[in-house]
This record gives sequence, C-alpha cells and structure tokens, in this order.
Amino acid sequence: MDITSPTFKANARVALADGQLQKALGNVRAGFIDKRRKAVDALPEFEELRDRARDIKNHALEHLDLYLETYEAKVLSSGGTVHWAETAGQARDIILDICRKADARTVTKGKSMITEEIGLNDFLEKNGIRPVETDLGEYIIQLRGEHPSHIIAPAVHLNKEQVEADFRRVHDHLPDHRDLSEPEALLGEARRVLRSQYFEADVGITGANFLVAETGTSIIVTNEGNGDLTQVLPRVHVVVASIEKIVPTLEDVSQILRVLARSATGQEMSVYTTLSTGPRRKGDVDGPDEYHVVLLDNGRSSMLGTEFQDMLRCIRCGACMNHCPVYHAVGGHAYGWVYPGPMGAVLTPSLIGVDKGGHLPNASTFCGRCESVCPMRIPLPKMMRHWREREFERGLNPATQRFGLGLWAFFARRPRLYRLAAALGIPVLSLLGGRKRRFAWLPFAGGWTRHRELPAPESRTFMQQWRDREAVARQAGR
Amino acid sequence: MNETTGSRPRIGLFVTCLVDLFRPTVGFAAVKLIEDSGCTVEVPMAQTCCGQPAYNSGDRADARAIAEATIEAFESFDYVVAPSGSCAGMLKKHYPGLFKGDAAWEARATAFSARVFELVSFLVDVRGVRSVDVKRKARITYHDSCSGLRELGIREQPRMLLSSVKGLKLVEMKDPDVCCGFGGTFCVKYSDISNAIVEKKTASIDAAGAETLLAGDLGCLMNMAGKLKREGSTVEARHVAEVLAGMDETPPIGGWK
Repeated sequence: MDITSPTFKANARVALADGQLQKALGNVRAGFIDKRRKAVDALPEFEELRDRARDIKNHALEHLDLYLETYEAKVLSSGGTVHWAETAGQARDIILDICRKADARTVTKGKSMITEEIGLNDFLEKNGIRPVETDLGEYIIQLRGEHPSHIIAPAVHLNKEQVEADFRRVHDHLPDHRDLSEPEALLGEARRVLRSQYFEADVGITGANFLVAETGTSIIVTNEGNGDLTQVLPRVHVVVASIEKIVPTLEDVSQILRVLARSATGQEMSVYTTLSTGPRRKGDVDGPDEYHVVLLDNGRSSMLGTEFQDMLRCIRCGACMNHCPVYHAVGGHAYGWVYPGPMGAVLTPSLIGVDKGGHLPNASTFCGRCESVCPMRIPLPKMMRHWREREFERGLNPATQRFGLGLWAFFARRPRLYRLAAALGIPVLSLLGGRKRRFAWLPFAGGWTRHRELPAPESRTFMQQWRDREAVARQAGR
Repeated sequence: MNETTGSRPRIGLFVTCLVDLFRPTVGFAAVKLIEDSGCTVEVPMAQTCCGQPAYNSGDRADARAIAEATIEAFESFDYVVAPSGSCAGMLKKHYPGLFKGDAAWEARATAFSARVFELVSFLVDVRGVRSVDVKRKARITYHDSCSGLRELGIREQPRMLLSSVKGLKLVEMKDPDVCCGFGGTFCVKYSDISNAIVEKKTASIDAAGAETLLAGDLGCLMNMAGKLKREGSTVEARHVAEVLAGMDETPPIGGWK
C-alpha cells in the first residue's frame, strides 16, 4: 500500500474535517473503553496477569532463535512446511508460489495485519488470483478499496449507513427493497454472500495471534468463525506470521489469552480460539491437505537488542489506540500506513524508516494512557521518545524547530542569562496583556493562538518577586 | 536524609518555568502551603526549566545538561517540591535515565529523584496534611493532568484537600483523566490535533456546570483556559494551589471574561 505517513499533518487535517469519520470515531471512545474497564475490574488478578504476559514474551524474545527452530521442527514433524521470509517481497513470492502450485484462482483470507503489511491482496490480484476477505470488517473495506483503520476493528472509521450503501452497490443481485437498517441485517447478508466463497476457495490464508514452539501450533482468535472456515475448507492453508508471534508453550498462550480479549474488546475470551497444527491427518474429519507457515521478519530482528525490543511483545489488542486522544481525533488512516495509534507510532518507523514515519512518534502528547492500558506493559511513550532521539541525532526535524529548541536550550542552560531575559521580557508581555489578561494573537505564537487565547503573564516573574521578598526579609533582620 | 527530629525539613522549591514566567501566584501559594505544613522553603536561583522541551524533542544532550544543573542546585535539600505533576515527573521519573552508563551521575540522580515530589502529593503523602483552613464558595471541577495522574499516582490527594475547603463543591467532569491536548510542544507542532482534543475537554468542562476549573499543571491550565476564553466560556481556570492557599484574588488564568 502507499505510504502517506510523511504527510501525516495534512492527513490529520482532512480527517478532522471529515464529518462521517468524526461520527464513527465517537464509537471508539464509547465502545471499547467502558467494556475493557468492566472486564478488567471483574478480574482481580488482571495486573498480575499483565506482568506474567510481559515476562513470557520477554523470555521468548530473549531466546527467539531457539523457539523459532523448535517451532519449525514441530511443524515439519506434523507434516507442514515452514518458509522463512526476510522481506515483504519474499513473503509475497512464497505465497504466490504456493497458490500457483495449488492452481488457485480464489483465496479466502482470515483477518491478518501481516498480509496488510506485505500488501498481499494487491499482489495476488495483479497475478490473477482473487483474494476474498472473510472478516466482516475486512470484507467491507475490501469492497471500498480501503485499508484497515484499526488493527482489530478494520472498518471502525465507517458508519452503518455507509456500509449499507456499499452492500447495495456491490450485492446488486439482491432485491433493492431489502431492509438493511440494522447491523444484524448487514452481518446476515455478508454471511450469505461469503458462504459460497469458502467453498470456491483453493487456498485459505490466515494470520496468527500466536505460534507455539512446544507443539508447532498456530493460533487465531476471532469472533465470527470466518477464520475456521478459511483454514479448514480449502485444500491448502497458509499461515502468515511475523517471527515475534512465538511463545514457548500452550500454557503460556493460555496466560496471554486472559489479557488479550479483555484488553481488546472487553470480552473474557474471543468467541473462537482456533488451533491448527499441520495438515489433515489420517482419520481427521476435516482440514487442509497442505499446511504452510510463512515466517516473516521484515525488520523485526533488527529491533532485537535495541531500545525498541519491547515493542515486539505487542499482541495487537488495539487497547493503546482505543485509549489514545490523538487516535480519537484523527482515526487510523491519517497515520498513513498499516499500524495506527501508539503501537503504530513506535512500530511504523521501525518498519518503514523514521525518515518516512517520523511524524508518528512526534504526534503524541505523552499522556501515557496507552502504556497504562497495554496488557504487555510496553512503554510506548518512552519508545516514541527514543524515535525522537534518533530523529534528532540524524538532524531530521525541521530547521525552524531545531533553531527554536537550540535558542531555548541556550538560555535554559544559563540560569543568570535566563533570569535576566525573563526579567526584561515578561513584565512587558504582562503589560501588553492589558485588562483582558490574554492575547488573541502574538507574533511567533500562531501555533498556539490559531485555536486558543494565550494567557498573559500575571506580572513580573516569580524569581524577581522572590528576590525582592528575600531582600525585604533580610533588611527586616529576619 | 538530613532531616532531624524536631527541626523543620528544608524544601527546595522547583518553581517551574511556566509558573515563574506566567503565574507567580502559584509559586507563592506553593510556598505558603509548604510552610504551613511545617517546612522551610528556599528557592535556588540556579533553576530554569526541568528540561522537558529538550528531552521530549529527542535532544538528550541539552536535557542532561539541564538535569545536571538542576540536581546540583537542589540536591542539598531534604525535599524538592514542584507545583506541577509534569515537571515533578520529569525530575523524579526521567532524570536517572538520562545518566545511563554514567554510574556516578546515575546514583546522584537516583538519590535526588527519591526526594522529588509534586506539591499536593507532597502535602498529603509526605507531610500528612488532611485539610486546609480556607473558604471559597464555588462549584469547581478538577482536571487530572496526565503526568501527575499516570506517572505519580496523583488523583485522590487534591480531591481530599479540596473537600476540606469550606463552601467548595467539587463536580466531576466526564473523563477528568483524559488528556487536554497540551503535550508541551505538541500543542504548537500539531496544533489542529491539539485543538480537536482540547475542544472535547472544554465541552466536558462546560457540561460539568462548574464555575471554576482547577488542575495541578500550568501548561494544561493555560491550554484549557485559552480554549475556554476563545469559546467565550465564563468558566475561570486556576491552579489548585491558589485555591488551597486561599490566594485567589488574582484574576484567573487568561483573565475574567
């Protein structure tokens, strides 16, 4: 997909002026936050579980090579195939090759952010293979030619009236007068339309929430059951997953699952937790003939051992963006690539470069709400700050910004000079504040005064007044 | 700790740059509250800013230089107190990390950080203050600034002290814990997004039906007050210390009307 992260500011302005989007974003604030709160409050050991989940992933990341090799051996022994892809391009080629060997014309897909990351749908289409998204949200945005705006609720930027219009436009074989006013009706229609696609598909592609080293199992959690149909009905099942999805044991997964759904949707568990280990065995009632796992690196191994390693703990629950005031304001598309919100602000520069993704870690107030809800205790603001440091070191911030900062730092490092400048400037500014005690406009303060008044300094500086007070006290012989 | 039984702890007041420049009353209110809690207050002249503008812009070298100067100016005190959760959070939670790999300075910074407190939490948690002896007839609403709330755990302390102010009624706004959109340089670098965030905040403030907005951080207050004034709201904004110290004759932040 096209990367528009460099124009984040302009994207944000468009998003802020988009009435439909703003209405839809209201649902994010109202929907996810209260539900998570309730689910968390109902589980006294939730905070302890967060620690354990963090520790499990930290351990797995410290021994990633070991667990990946164990996992590969287990997949092989269960009759599956493991493909290693260093780059997005390699992953696409591997998947295309599998599809061609299977003589595939239609591919069904479970929800997968990794396939977004590698731009799989476009690539398959260009090569004459029709990908069909089966997750309702993904299906909707595929109809619209869009990309997900949220990692677990891909169509959260839309209102149901927009979806209704899309369904009427695309499902033109259905009667015009049908009632689609309720979300249930939209869901029912999507189910009916998608049902036949599952049987037509030659290959089913899913992502993975976890890869279990102990057993060679890949696990997806879903709410619609579409993932199961995607991976069980076609002859070939392809799992595409990035390497940091690995966890050592099934017991570890069950620990992390306890924080995942609660953090994501406020459910105790997702409706479906689906485990798949290799192709159909003799005597199995269903399952694919072939089982492939494409393990993607795409820049992750270069995060290991850096200040960004903690980001690899992310389990893609979306809690950070659900609680982010910036995400609430601009939605996911403004971020300009696959991963939005705070997790995207850290991950995107890692994967596409800070020269392109630099706005994202800057566009944060560091309010810390993301970190406070992250089930994996990822210090998101701290890592955004690390990106700002990298940017600063490489001189990537705008010249005006660097100049302003340099000027400020020059004074801030020289207390005497700073006091002198303040003692000269502040009383004047205070006087200019007049009776209103504020400014509607001030030179060089346009960034502030465009949207708000600037309160005027109250009087002389505190330091000036304090020195006077001390002098008076000394004279009085205190 | 230098504190000895019977003597009054010596407090170094970290004024914060915004209070120094824009709202000295908050500084004097802080001095009064700290003194009333049985401490002596000094104001080292060698202070400027906590260094957040540099630190949060990725400029670690300047942030560290400012941190060194601040530690040098303040490390002889029993406690360092700042009328801001954000600046206190910087001194307490972020200074040690600036000296990673420099064991001597890191130890100094860690020892310093342990003695840093935000004003209201210092009064309640360290000095055991449970009430203040002031009157103010008003309905107020309180905004929890992010750093104070999430880095320093300040939530109940200001509400406890405010509940002891005679005549004061606290009405909670919706989502008092959600960011006001200030974010330091964020509010000018991404002013449109900041505006969208503060608009939601001022809507919550207005809906609460209070006459006065209080908070513990001047940055957030200037942002919210500036927006309220631009919108023509009559809600007046003040730092919580002004009300707790009974020093509220000065015009509110951004003026009366």
